[in-house]
Amino acid sequence: MSVQEVLPLNGLASEQSGPFRADHLLVAEMVKPGSKVLDVGCGDGDLLQLLETRGIDGRGIELSREGVNRCVAKGLAVVQGDADTDLINYPDDAFDYVILSQTLQATRQPKVVLENLLRIGRRAIVSFPNFGFWRMRLQLLVGGHMPRTENLPASWYDTANIHFCTIKDFVELCDEIHVKMERAEALDLYGRPLRLRLPWWVWNLFGEQGVFLLSRGQGK
Amino acid sequence: MGSVKSILSPAISADERSHEVDHPSSPVAHFGADQPLRLDCGIDLTPFQIAYKTYGELNADRSNAVLICHALTGDQHVANVHPVTGKPGWWETLVGPGRPLDPSRYFIICSNVIGGCMGSTGPASINPATGKVWGLDFPVITIPDMVRAQAMLIDRLGIDTLFAVVGGSMGGMQVLQWTAAYPKRVYSALAIACSTRHSAQNIAFHELGRQAVMADPDWHNGGYADHGIHPHRGLAVARMAAHITYLSDAALHRKFGRRMQDRELPTFSFDADFQVESYLRYQGSSFVERFDANSYLYLTRAMDYFDIAGDHGGVLAKAFAGIETRFCVVSFTSDWLFPTSESRALVHALNASSARVSFAEIETDRGHDAFLLDVPEFFDISRAFLQSAGKARGLTNKDD
Repeated sequence: MSVQEVLPLNGLASEQSGPFRADHLLVAEMVKPGSKVLDVGCGDGDLLQLLETRGIDGRGIELSREGVNRCVAKGLAVVQGDADTDLINYPDDAFDYVILSQTLQATRQPKVVLENLLRIGRRAIVSFPNFGFWRMRLQLLVGGHMPRTENLPASWYDTANIHFCTIKDFVELCDEIHVKMERAEALDLYGRPLRLRLPWWVWNLFGEQGVFLLSRGQGK
Repeated sequence: MGSVKSILSPAISADERSHEVDHPSSPVAHFGADQPLRLDCGIDLTPFQIAYKTYGELNADRSNAVLICHALTGDQHVANVHPVTGKPGWWETLVGPGRPLDPSRYFIICSNVIGGCMGSTGPASINPATGKVWGLDFPVITIPDMVRAQAMLIDRLGIDTLFAVVGGSMGGMQVLQWTAAYPKRVYSALAIACSTRHSAQNIAFHELGRQAVMADPDWHNGGYADHGIHPHRGLAVARMAAHITYLSDAALHRKFGRRMQDRELPTFSFDADFQVESYLRYQGSSFVERFDANSYLYLTRAMDYFDIAGDHGGVLAKAFAGIETRFCVVSFTSDWLFPTSESRALVHALNASSARVSFAEIETDRGHDAFLLDVPEFFDISRAFLQSAGKARGLTNKDD
């Protein structure tokens, strides 16, 4: 599997942009202004707020009651729900984009969730921590214990994350379910995109997280 | 037991209550023969009247009107001293200066529903055809009938689009009916602790209450007004049963536990030994002071009949297809009368309709009644929802 098309960054994600997280800025850049977006696992609604500043009609689903209440208190349209069980209730083509930001690894059925994303939305944007990142590999190889990083600080026994994958694994999953990759990015430890056109194994080793813009493939 | 009867006796006479039925102390909109109210049962109700209260001022472009829909036993006195009981308004926690619904910002309207007994035409009103109290001759009304009457009042007030329709429980049902019937006239909707259809369990509880009223020998087949009496014992029992459903086991336990009232040892009688018994008896007796027994029958029936999906071929999403209203749905964790699952079904339907919807479940042990109580998280969400809708609507305020 190779990426069909890797578009250059427009610079937004690399700018210093105040309170917004670099990966959120990158995701926001992938969304056309004026679109309708569903953010699955929207947390405190930071990404939705960023999208709102760009004239994007955003909705959210969040599992935690505290997160939902904070979102609604910010005036965002967010409902309490579970990505694994609630996406089935959304009709086909309800959104232009469905975003799954740092949530894939916490779902029980990542493959089903991914298929649902591309049923509900014409496009999907998925970001996840890359378990192939060199520090992860090093912690397991040298330390001999399950890796912990700044973005994934929980110990193995109390983490909500149950399905870790590497960038390489994810690309293979997309291939398997005939999802078209319109754009792929890897972010480094500081959330900055890796700028160089590097082979996949480099991304898989040096990308701390992957961000993918997906659309429905032709084959299925 | 004599003591039971004395506890459930009303302190306010039927005369005092009946005065508010036809000549309320709040403004009244009269609708004559040229403007009948088309009821779902097929009857045109005419003439009829709607009693209402307003708070705040309508702005120049008439864009800041908020309609509050009251619950089963509420009325139009949402944020002022009640003319019968002398108690504060029933939703002063939400409505008032500095509250989420601030009269300095919004023009707030609350009307007594059709079928009520605080100035809107209902079974306790005088039937103009006979000159006597309607009683059971009053036609059976529905939630859509209530909303149709409210819409006529809103027309009368010269308002095209309501900035928000807000309500809990039966009020929430009216909110949903407003959005389904008049989607273009509702900019935002705050539906609290409610459902799109009354469940079998809730209908069962209502039937219990109605049978308690009807079992009272003073009820006289609904004609008690002719006998100059009120079936207060039956109504009090109905209220006691209903009140239990408004609370939760945890809240009752926290409030009363098994504590005794003014005594150390049980009396080995059917006196109110336990605090929870005294509390329920008080709730029952204070309710009959301000409420009409037949009104209770009609309004519970209206809730029983409510089923938005049923009105749309069984598909709830059809009721909201293409709707542009901004929704906020709120439920409470310990509400077993309108549990979160019912709100979730509504939210799923709204999502399927591509509606802009927020949904929050508030953690509290206070049961269904939580929407009337001081629950800060609920107020934060209500405030934020209304403010963000206000921003989108172009309602600006110096505090924003």
